[in-house]
Amino acid sequence: MPKPDSLQGSLDLLVLKILSRRPGLHGYAIMSAIQDMSGDVLRAEEGSLYPALHRMEEAGWIHAAWITKDTGRRARIYELTAAGKKQLATEESRWQAVTSAVNRVLRTA
Amino acid sequence: MSFLSRIGNALRGERLSREIDEELQSHLAEASEQGRDPAEARRAFGSTLRHREASRDVRLIAWIESLRADAVFGWRQLLKRKATSAAAILSLALAIGACTSAFRLIDALLLRPLPVADPERLYALERQGIGFTGQFQTFDGWAYPAFRLMRAAVKDQAELIAISYAERMDLTYRSDQEMEKAYLQYVSGWMFGSFGLRPSLGRLFTENDDLKPGAHPYAVLSYDYWKRRFGQDPKIIGRTFQMGERLFEIVGVGPEPFTGTETGTVTDIFVPTMMHPGAVRDDWTWHRTLARLNPGVAIEPVRARLHATSRAFEMERAKGFTGMTRQSIDRFLNQTLLLEPAAAGASGLQTDYRRSLLALGVLVALVLLIACANVANLMTAQAAARGREMALRVSIGAGRWRLVQMVLVESALLGLLAAAGGGLFAWWSAPFVVSRINPPDNPARIFLPADWRVLAFGLALTLGVTLLFGLAPALRASAVKPASALKGGEDPHGTFGLTRRRLMNALIAVQVAFCFLVIFVAGLFAATFERLSNRPTGFSAERVLTLDTVAQRAEAPVFWNQVAEHLRTVPGVETVALAGWPLLGGGAWNGFVSINGAPPGPVLAYFLNVSPGWTDAMKIPLLDGRDFRAGDTSAGLGSGVAIVSETFAKQFFDGDSPIGKLFAKGRDRYQVVGLVRDAPYRSMREPLLPVAYVPFQSIDANGALRPIRNASFIVRTSSANPLALASTMRKEVPAARPEFRVSNIRTQAELVRAQTVRERLLAMLAMFFAGVALLLAGVGLYGVLDYGVLQRRREIGIRIAIGAQAGDIARRVTVDVFSMVIVGAVAGLALGMASVRYIETLFYQVKATDPGMLVLPWLAILAAALVAALPAVIRAVRIDPASMLRAD
Repeated sequence: MPKPDSLQGSLDLLVLKILSRRPGLHGYAIMSAIQDMSGDVLRAEEGSLYPALHRMEEAGWIHAAWITKDTGRRARIYELTAAGKKQLATEESRWQAVTSAVNRVLRTA
Repeated sequence: MSFLSRIGNALRGERLSREIDEELQSHLAEASEQGRDPAEARRAFGSTLRHREASRDVRLIAWIESLRADAVFGWRQLLKRKATSAAAILSLALAIGACTSAFRLIDALLLRPLPVADPERLYALERQGIGFTGQFQTFDGWAYPAFRLMRAAVKDQAELIAISYAERMDLTYRSDQEMEKAYLQYVSGWMFGSFGLRPSLGRLFTENDDLKPGAHPYAVLSYDYWKRRFGQDPKIIGRTFQMGERLFEIVGVGPEPFTGTETGTVTDIFVPTMMHPGAVRDDWTWHRTLARLNPGVAIEPVRARLHATSRAFEMERAKGFTGMTRQSIDRFLNQTLLLEPAAAGASGLQTDYRRSLLALGVLVALVLLIACANVANLMTAQAAARGREMALRVSIGAGRWRLVQMVLVESALLGLLAAAGGGLFAWWSAPFVVSRINPPDNPARIFLPADWRVLAFGLALTLGVTLLFGLAPALRASAVKPASALKGGEDPHGTFGLTRRRLMNALIAVQVAFCFLVIFVAGLFAATFERLSNRPTGFSAERVLTLDTVAQRAEAPVFWNQVAEHLRTVPGVETVALAGWPLLGGGAWNGFVSINGAPPGPVLAYFLNVSPGWTDAMKIPLLDGRDFRAGDTSAGLGSGVAIVSETFAKQFFDGDSPIGKLFAKGRDRYQVVGLVRDAPYRSMREPLLPVAYVPFQSIDANGALRPIRNASFIVRTSSANPLALASTMRKEVPAARPEFRVSNIRTQAELVRAQTVRERLLAMLAMFFAGVALLLAGVGLYGVLDYGVLQRRREIGIRIAIGAQAGDIARRVTVDVFSMVIVGAVAGLALGMASVRYIETLFYQVKATDPGMLVLPWLAILAAALVAALPAVIRAVRIDPASMLRAD
């Protein structure tokens, strides 16, 4: 039984989408954004978010940079690369295909 | 890019961990800034350590990091046992270095293709069969008229190129006072074009530079010579030099990499073949012939056509042969023409050293295997000592391959360190060996580039060696059974303890077998050298200086005698005589001899013209008759006299006193006036030749004395170091008569030593490696025995406790290993007997079956084994049963 906040493999898509709209977010901000935008339905766990961010960074979809915040603390912010934009488009169309297929099944069954 | 960055991350793991931690901390700080309860946020966040590991894994390639960790761990392991590691690394370094060095030499001399277009299509023409000397031989010299015919015969299938033997010639660039020497080759004009070579400066020869005998006095310099002698002076084109009676004009400089086709000699100057005095002579074989096959042409038809052409030429020539038996003419004609691949050039050095170098290569490879066996035994023993560590690793979840990798990385570390040391050794030793190949006045020059070929060989060798000594111990270590090991059982590897000892014993047998072989072969080489250098020469070489002298043009003998007379007045000179050339100096003159008008026999006699007093100067004992007198002449008008050697008398006069007897060589007739003791004529290796010494002055057909251009003064000095007089002599010869010039000064002792250059080198290197092999085998034996005692210390303790004698203990701990030594030695003997026939030609009066040759390696190995066993036996006997049994 999946938990309601389980992202079921769509974490990459959400992160890419959020970064495409609002570049320069750090990890915590991305996590909050997922929670806020989904109306508290979806939650990205820290344990999955950071490995996912690092994996996408190694894959070259997103680019990370260290900035120093007003508080003097350093934070690592992310933005989309050109490859990331392409990847977002692919993932989005795949998501559309999957959901519409699932919907068709739900309607006809 | 991403792959590279992951490798990069692996190499700076610490920093990566710090960055990940900082990001995670920043996350928690952000959470509390947003108003969340820090404790709750931390709880929700979970284990930072686990997050860090998860992130690390995606950001670096795990196995590279594990490699790095293994390398660090392996390095610590090596440092922990400094002495054994150093011994292993040193022995491997020596062996790898020696192998790389041998490869460099073999590659440079035998394998490396010439820097010409399509070197693989080059072949050298040789004739094989029974020559005039009556011995089976391979000869690659050709006469130019024969070459011309053969070239025409195969012109559609191949291009033939004539290239003379590189000769060290005297030449002058300015005045005659400044004579210098240079290596010169006469080459076909079309050689450069056919080889696809372009000039660095000026022009190279073409076919038009090689048309009429004596009509093309042009020269091309090699790049190396241009650089060495002229500092790359661009104004060199058009300069001239005098060689002999001719002036040559320099027209160009060859391409940088090309130094001639005679590997081992760097040619300085090329001149067209038409300038060689033998260009029209059909009885003068003075050049090699290279064939460059056209693409797609089969070898055999070309060979057959060349063979037929060459044979037809010799048949025609044989019609004019006089003074030879029908049988020796037939045998000569029946020689076979061969095409030998010449991609790596063709040189005498290759022929002389091919077998020697390959034999040495095999010896060093054996030493390398011995060293590998040693290190493998060492690693096996180490792995045993680390059984518990391995068991612990397995029980906390290390995979089998992870353990194999760990042990292999340690081996690779060892191998790499050894390879670095070996590289240094090879860098030094290969040129050292070349510098030992240095007959006087003709030192070998071989380019030994350390390029990708050498590098690739070194790397492949290191990798192979690492697998050879590291793989078995690695697999063995990974097969550990944790349960029994951690229970504290005797043997953490279950039944593997026994097979481990078996493996170590087998390796000992292999080591001893190889060691036996190396010592055996080294002993044969050493005996060869010893016998050759102790062979009686029949003359006294001490204090004798030989001056090879050349006159501007042929001069009457009386002027030569004047110079000799002048030299006798120089202080420090005892006697001076004249000879065509010094004994063992490389010159030879032979012919068939007939006795009492009978047809000539099949045995060649050798000749040398000498002045009165020569036998005295050389201290060759006169056994009968008299020395030459001032008026004696050689040949001509039936008045020639000769002094013959004992072998000559035995061969042609059945051992009777030869004094007063007559013999003829062709039309020349001689009466024997003296008998002298045998002396080697041109080589120390061959049996004594029948030699006839004839007077220095000879009479030509018109009854006049023949003028002479080249000869050698044989000077016996009163000082122990004859070379001290060399520069004086060089000045005194032209001082006596200005048209005479000393072209070369050598001591007779040097000439004798030069006869054993190869044997000395082989003996020296082989003995060195035999010593190394013995040392390594001894160390290996010691290690295995010591390990055995360590393993069986409890058993031994019990035996001592119940009253075993020291002798019994000693026997028990050594019997296995010593039976392995015997097995190994027998195997080594069999190997030796089987392999020795491949190198028989390198021996001199030494038989592989000599009892002495067989006993020596036995004794050496036995002594080494005893010395190696001593510490282990002492240790075993001294085991204190009380403390040993209390220990567990």
